Amino acid sequence: MFIVKYIKEVFSGLKSLAIGLRLTLYYFTHHKEIITQQYPDNRETLNLPERFKGEVVMLHDENNEHACTGCTACELACPNGTIKIITKFDIATDGKKKKALDKFVYHLELCTMCNLCIVACPTDAIKMAQTFEHSVYDRSELTKILNKPGSEIREGVE
Amino acid sequence: MIEEIGRTTEGDVMINVGPQHPATHGVLHLVITINGETIKKVEPHLGFIHRSIEKMCESLSYRQFIYVTSRMDYLSSHINNHACALCVEKGLQVEIPSRAQVIRVLMDELTRIASHELWWGAMAMDLGAFTPFFHAFRERESINDIMEETCGARLTMNYMVPGGVMQDIHPNFQRRVKDFIRLYKSKVNEYDELVTGNIIFQNRMKGVGYLSPEDAISYGCTGPPARGSGVSCDIRKLYPYEIYDQLEFDEILETGGDSFARYMVRVREMNQSIRIIEQLIDNIPEGDFQAKTKAVLKLPKGEFYQRVETARGEFGVYIVSEGGTTPYRIKFRSPGFSNLSALDHMVRGSKLGDLVAMMGTLDLVIPDIDR
Repeated sequence: MFIVKYIKEVFSGLKSLAIGLRLTLYYFTHHKEIITQQYPDNRETLNLPERFKGEVVMLHDENNEHACTGCTACELACPNGTIKIITKFDIATDGKKKKALDKFVYHLELCTMCNLCIVACPTDAIKMAQTFEHSVYDRSELTKILNKPGSEIREGVE
Repeated sequence: MIEEIGRTTEGDVMINVGPQHPATHGVLHLVITINGETIKKVEPHLGFIHRSIEKMCESLSYRQFIYVTSRMDYLSSHINNHACALCVEKGLQVEIPSRAQVIRVLMDELTRIASHELWWGAMAMDLGAFTPFFHAFRERESINDIMEETCGARLTMNYMVPGGVMQDIHPNFQRRVKDFIRLYKSKVNEYDELVTGNIIFQNRMKGVGYLSPEDAISYGCTGPPARGSGVSCDIRKLYPYEIYDQLEFDEILETGGDSFARYMVRVREMNQSIRIIEQLIDNIPEGDFQAKTKAVLKLPKGEFYQRVETARGEFGVYIVSEGGTTPYRIKFRSPGFSNLSALDHMVRGSKLGDLVAMMGTLDLVIPDIDR
């Protein structure tokens, strides 16, 4: 009786294997249904979702003006100390001192892309960029200054 | 032989499995005492990726600490974030808009499917079948694309915030989820054909790693390992949060208690998650996606606890507040830690080759265990 049971088991095992292999054979002959994704080398034509969190960038318009008032809301919202805002005092035309952004220091190596700084920003000065290749040869290259040299705050942004 | 199990005698060999073991998506070190091929004892050694997340949370504000929990159980990060957001909301006493509630439940269930898909592929790969891994990742990829579009990330989303969700759903969200449901339903039969119906696979799983209901309770197992032993422990049914009490779904229970029962619980749970998503995807109410909360959150003095059902079991967040902007103490109850503790009991007396079959069905995520 043992022999009969054993042989039955072998054949039922082979049958179930054949069912599985039928599926493998199906995909072997239907190449169009196979989804293989390549590494996105087509960087020019690549369309990542606009919400994709790659790195924090500061938005500048064509006059090299940004909307950052240096209020440090993003610095306070950041859990990791990624953002450091250095402010300076501009002297306006009427002689009043006005606080303004000097350097927006962003440590990419500490950033976890949690989006909290973007949500915290009252003037929408920063946003997440859709970059994904962040590897560099030296760690110091990851510390970035986000405001472009010579840029100033846009008129009317308080 | 049986009475010797658990004690070290002459002729025993101690072997190390790991830290780089393929059965776990992390680094777990197992010290196994074997006699011949029979396992006498298994000692998990933890601490390879301990990041002291609980201590870190004490210096972070109530908005900031949520992102850290994505790094614990990275396969159900939405659900972890959800638990933290719920716990903070319990302290703040804010009403969440119904739109946010529905979005949260939808995201939770999508995450649960994605997590079970990955487990299913990895489980079959642990037992030597490589093809199912790619089949599982094909469906999981489409969930990841949905997440990427709406939440902006594929794994560590940080989408749940106290008061609702961070952003509204993407305009394409409903269409893509419906596409996913169609894809899943057309492909789910392949799972049975490839793995579940395979006699070789069944023989390797059935009767292996038996866990009785009493042991499951006494080791604190939750989630599929406990439900595979017939212990009803689905938090969504027992202590409903959000809108789970208004939804129609079944708590999956199997009575086998072996690896195959735990396998079947997870496979059948995916269908229940699809059922929940189908109920909600056309009925997302209009309105705000986030309740108005203060810029700086302060919880009143006291203790707050919230538990949710993640893909692996019960996840609990315990916050002790002293009235400030940061928590005094945070404790996470992670499902993986308790489930792992039952491994030694399960494994004793079985063969070394079955160890991976048992470990695989526990669905261990090591960052969740180590924290």
